[in-house]
Amino acid sequence: MTGAGELVGEVAAELAHAAATAVGGLEAPSGVVCRAGVDVVAIDEVAGSLATFGDRYARRLFTEGEREDSRWPSAGTSAAEGLAARFAAKEAVVKVLAPDGWAPPWTDIAVRRLPSGQCELEVSGSAAVLATAAGIRSWAVSLTHHGGVAAAVIVAVCDAPPATGEGGTGGWTDDERRGPDG
Amino acid sequence: MADVEERIRAVLAAHARMPGGVEALDDTADLYAAGMTSHASVNVMLAIEDEFDVEFPERLLRKDTFASVSAIRIALEELLGA
Repeated sequence: MTGAGELVGEVAAELAHAAATAVGGLEAPSGVVCRAGVDVVAIDEVAGSLATFGDRYARRLFTEGEREDSRWPSAGTSAAEGLAARFAAKEAVVKVLAPDGWAPPWTDIAVRRLPSGQCELEVSGSAAVLATAAGIRSWAVSLTHHGGVAAAVIVAVCDAPPATGEGGTGGWTDDERRGPDG
Repeated sequence: MADVEERIRAVLAAHARMPGGVEALDDTADLYAAGMTSHASVNVMLAIEDEFDVEFPERLLRKDTFASVSAIRIALEELLGA
């Protein structure tokens, strides 16, 4: 996570709004639970990486669709806003998948902008395998940027864990009930 | 491999953005615990590729590959055939 110390005032309010928007877009029928992930990235760090490593950086992290949506390379380092938000989304997804120190390739997790302006998440390859193993049925994503910080909120609708009996914990540890947060 | 470790440390000093720098860290110190973010680790990876004229294959693009000076050196030894 980058730039968390700068996430103050209006940016924090926008992040809360983004979370509410993401959760509000989900249906939550019985037998499912939601898991959330959030991350922030300093836009100037992404701009710096684009300036230093150029297309090699962009291609290692972002799919062709993500680069197009963020207007890279045509917009130059101005594409950093969109790309920073998408990198935050990838990190937030990894927090939801929590693969225990291992992360799927960056391009296995992609955010696409729909004609409506809303975004949707696409997972493929090993990220899709992890999502299936975690019982994830659907995703919602919301991106924002302000004050030099880009942020993403991810919500996953998952199969509920099996109950272990009366008064039990549902088979989850305390950390799992709280969800991934860091 | 002393020279290799010095070059790795130079890359970390330029790209890892760790608040306390890399000088005080030993070779096995956890760089993420020292403040290197995932995004900074991408810059480190690309800069290491430039410095040593190598390309990390997908199987080495793991968080633990860049977790310490020693871990980076081990990955480089494999790539350089040392």
